This record gives sequence, structure tokens and C-alpha cells, in this order.
Amino acid sequence: MITAIDQRPDVVSGDANAMSPVWARIVSRCQESSNTASYTMKFVDPEIGRRYRFLPGQFNMMYLFGVGEAAISVSSDPANSDSLVHTIRHVGSVTFAVDRLKVGQCVGLRGPFGSNWPLESCKGRDILLVAGGIGIAPLRPAIYQLLKNRDQYGRVILLYGIRSPQDMIFKEEVEEWMERRDFQVLITVDYPSENWTGPVGVVTKLLRRVRVDSRNTSVFVCGPRVMNRAAAHSFLSHYVPEDQIFVSLERNMRCGIGQCGHCQYGPKFVCKDGPVFSYASVRNLFGKDEV
Amino acid sequence: MRNSVLYTIEKGELDKLIGILHRDGYTVVGPTVRDGAIGYEAIESVQQLPIGWTDEQAPGHYRLKRRDDDLYFGHVVGPQSIKKFFFPPKQRLFGIRREGENDYVFEATQPEPPRYAFVGVRACDLAAVRVQDRVFNDVMPDPYYAKARSQAVFIGVNCAEPGGTCFCTSMDTGPRCTQGFDIALTELKSTFTVEVGSDKGRKLLEALEHKTTDANTKHLVDLMMQSAAEHMGRSLNTDGLPEMLLNNLQHPHWDEVAKRCMDCANCTLSCPTCFCSNVEDKTDLTGDHAERWRTWGSCFTLEFSYHTGGYNRSSTAARYRQWLTHKLASWHEQFGTSGCVGCGRCITWCPVGIDITKEANAITDDVKRFRAEQERQRAEEVGS
Repeated sequence: MITAIDQRPDVVSGDANAMSPVWARIVSRCQESSNTASYTMKFVDPEIGRRYRFLPGQFNMMYLFGVGEAAISVSSDPANSDSLVHTIRHVGSVTFAVDRLKVGQCVGLRGPFGSNWPLESCKGRDILLVAGGIGIAPLRPAIYQLLKNRDQYGRVILLYGIRSPQDMIFKEEVEEWMERRDFQVLITVDYPSENWTGPVGVVTKLLRRVRVDSRNTSVFVCGPRVMNRAAAHSFLSHYVPEDQIFVSLERNMRCGIGQCGHCQYGPKFVCKDGPVFSYASVRNLFGKDEV
Repeated sequence: MRNSVLYTIEKGELDKLIGILHRDGYTVVGPTVRDGAIGYEAIESVQQLPIGWTDEQAPGHYRLKRRDDDLYFGHVVGPQSIKKFFFPPKQRLFGIRREGENDYVFEATQPEPPRYAFVGVRACDLAAVRVQDRVFNDVMPDPYYAKARSQAVFIGVNCAEPGGTCFCTSMDTGPRCTQGFDIALTELKSTFTVEVGSDKGRKLLEALEHKTTDANTKHLVDLMMQSAAEHMGRSLNTDGLPEMLLNNLQHPHWDEVAKRCMDCANCTLSCPTCFCSNVEDKTDLTGDHAERWRTWGSCFTLEFSYHTGGYNRSSTAARYRQWLTHKLASWHEQFGTSGCVGCGRCITWCPVGIDITKEANAITDDVKRFRAEQERQRAEEVGS
């Protein structure tokens, strides 16, 4: 079960209707790939830092002074709310502006918003994580929690698809994960480099290499739309039930509180009913174009 | 037949009522003629009401016409509802000043809303306020909306002559004001009948010269309402409509509408329940002062759904489908009510006269026809 909206951590913001940000300072920056970096932040007001909590899969609205705002998932460990990490691919006006910031400068944040990966209700099951590109960022908090409570889950498997080996983010960590015996990590690339010896092709092709116990597997998917669709349909064809496939969706978001209307996906507001949906709850919309 | 007590006031008392509201510090808003249409504006007296005017409405057509009497409310709804008073078309959410490299100071955010008294609000628009309440005044209330809403006074008017694009009866919102008003008026030749809807309304009535309405007049009002309900310009079959629409997202009729739709967003801007907004951040030329504004948005614009992954609804067919299915279908799941109140504005103000009732009915009818045909074929197969 995805946590109900009134059970989620309180939204932190500068005013009553959650539309103005509070300030957070960039304390370090880690270049993940040519166009992606992770930013560790601390709230300027330590009191807010103590109060702020988030669940794996949730996101913040990140405000750049005078530039605008973008929805960015939190990629750090929820147990360690002191250092909040956002992993950002620099592709739009707001994220380009983030790229230009120096350590010590501030961004505005309000959040956390949205639904989470249902780690609680998936206890005892095999967890199969499918990440495409930057889609691994909102999955990382779930990975931390899974590894921390490793004995409470069955097998934990990550299928990670990236464009080329150079595009891999969280590289050192991924390598650490690959060392572990209790975490199976499979990586595929679209465009291999000369020294790439791993699989090549779309992430769903990795499914051949793992055994899926359809009765006891929960799947968490986050990637580009085409990948989400292909992954969900692959698991359905492996007889994983519709209510055990969870997909995180991306949408234009302006408010985060279900009032601006931009993120509507049929009857769902992706900002508050999502971004994490069970396939069962969006069955009628999933795979339909232009909804 | 409604059992509530009706009172009668002379027409002159309405001006007195407006005066009382003014004296009590309200900004009185009522229908008035401006730019060749009837809109809600701040008014000082009954003289500013559209006395003796009516509006002729049809798909893509609106004209003011002289009446041969001098009724105050002998018209229906104009292009704008009272939505703009609670949910302003442009609203500054905050301003920030940058002081030094890394220091930001918030400036005073929103102004206090005036205390509004709305005179002459129709049943459909009262229903629309209740619909918007579920968006802006529910789990996380919008402070401006909540404040403006809580201190507002509503003087409703029952519709005796529906317009050419009205279909409130189909949406079960009119023509009679049944809730959400402090006072509801029915206009007769030289008097109004008054129904009281709240304590505030009772106090207002007590300040006016009034008497209990006699049985004949009461009966007359009922007949007027019945007649109005029977003379709606449009009708929409809402039976099973949400499921019907959501199960037919790929019906060819969406493309058919898209051939006519111009993506102009008039329907969303005139709609009394459409709530979508854009959030815009900008700076002044010095770069030291930033503001956030909320402006009315529309799902008919291409950029509405834009994000890094592309446009979610790149075709007109997809955008029209989004609007219509949201209004008539997915609104139910989101807010437990239809998003349509049957005011007909989107039909009147569509420059090419696209008619929401006709388009929804077209899909319903076609699906029904298709199902009937399937039934017939199945019966034939069984029979042969």
C-alpha cells in the first residue's frame, strides 16, 4: 500500500498554503556524469532541518530565485534527513540554473510531496527495481532502506538501464552494491564503449537473466515513459499481479498540492496521488497516448 | 413544490438592500451591462443592473437585446462567473528581495480580499462555487479563497427564462437556487419573492419591508420554476456518463471535434469551475527582486503539459478530450461531483460553437448504437 496523503510527513514551506519555499544551502556537489550532479543540501533554518522528513519516492519543489521551480525527487537516505540529496540532470531552465550554483549558495525548497514506494507492505517479498537513466535517483532512497532492513525482504534485484557506460550515476555506490551477495545488480547500456563487457540493449532484456517468482515479487519502476511502459508490460507477461507493479511517473507540476491541474493523468493528480502508482490504479490510462 | 416559507418585497426594497450591504462594508457585486455583455461588477445601486435587457445565446452566439418590460434580472449568465472574485485571474503569491549574495527576504504576500456581497447570482453559479470549494477550500485551503469565500454574502436569483445554451436541469443545479445562498429572489412584475437561506439572510430580510407571500403567488413561483426547467436550451444525458467517457478515450469522435476546436481556451476561461492555473516566477530588471504569480491556466494550451519528457498532450483532440472528460467524468473521482454545472458558457463563448452537450451525447449515442448493433448480431447468430 502506498501511504495515504494524511499519513505522509508534513510539508515544509514558507507559508500556510505551501506555495512559498524555505531556503536550503548547497553544502557539497558531486558530478555524477557529464550532465548530472548530486547536490547535498542543508536547510538554512536548522529547526526546519530537524522537522523535515520524507519517504522514499517523494519529491520536493526546488525554486531558483527568479528562474522558476521544478519537481525534483530526493535521492538520499530517508533515515539521514540532515543531508538531503537531490540528483539533477541539467536539461531545463531551472536545472541549468542549479548547475550554475556554487557550493554555499541557496535554493528554495518546499515539500516533500507525493506518494512513496510501498516498502512497508512489500516486506517478505522479492523486490525488483527497474531504473532507466536518472530514474535511479528516486529509487535510491528505497534501495538504502531495503539494504538497511535486508533481512525483511526476499531477493532484492536492480535492473539498471543507461544510455552508455559514461552515463552511469552513483557509480561508486553501484559498484559497492554489485559486490554484495544479497543484492543482485544488472546493468545494460544502449551504446557500449570499447571496454564494456556487460549486456547491451533495453532494460527489459535483462529480465531474461533473472528468475521472477510472480507470486512473491513486487516491482518498482522508474524511467522514461517508453521504458516504464515496456517494463510494466513485461512483468505483466511474467504474471506479476497488477497491484504489485509500481511505477513512478513524470508530469508537469506547478503547485504540488493538486490545485494547479497541470499534472493531471486522467483522474489522478500525479503530484499527490502519484508520482508512484500501482499499475492497477492507472490500468485504464497506462499505455494510452496523450492522456 | 418547495415547502420553504416565501416572503414578498416590493422591487424598491432591493435598492435598500444594496444600500444596507454597502453600509455594512460589503463590496456589492451584481450583473451589469459592459462592453455589450452582462458581467459581474461592483455596483452602487439597482440602476446599474441590466434593467430591461436580455441576452440571446446560442452556440458561438451572444447578443444583448431590449426586453419589452423592465425586469432587473430578465437575462441569464454572461461570459464571466463570480469565480474571478475568489480565484483572481492574476494573483501575486509572494515577492522576494535579494540582499547580498545569499540572503533572501520575503515581502508581504497576499492582500486581504474584500468582503463581497453578490447580488443576482444564478443557481448554476452558486453550484459552481460549491464545486470550486472542493478544490480550493478542502484539504489544503487556499488562504485568499478561503477568506473571500467565508465572508461573502450571496443574494441568488431564480431563473424564470433559461437561455439558449442552458442545461442546469441536466446537471441538477438549477434553475432554482436550492442551497448556498443567504437570500434567493424570484422576480415578479413589481415584487420579488424572497427565500431565506441563512441567518445572515434572515437579518437582511428583517431590515426590509416584507410580508409572507400568499398561496397564489407561491404557486405562481413554482409554476415559473417548473416552466423554466422544461425550457432548457440544451440537455445532457448524464446517466452512466463518466464510465462511458472514460471507457471511450479512443473514440473517433475526439478527432472529429478536434477538426473544429481552435484551442482558444475560451471555454476554460468562461467556465465557472475550471481551476487550473500557471505558476510564474519572474524577476525585475535589476535581478534583485523576484515575484511568484498565479494566473489562470488552460489545458487547451500546448505548454500546459510540457515537461522534459515532451508534451503529454500534443494534439487538439487530446486536449479537448482532457477538458471534456475532466469536466464530466474524472471530476467525479477527484472531487465527488461533476465539474459541470450546466451554465452553458462554454457553448456560447466557443467561437466555433462547439457544444459540450452535443459532443458528449454524440459519444454516448454512438456507443449505445454500437452496443445495440452487437446485441442484434449476437441474437442473429444465436437464432441461426
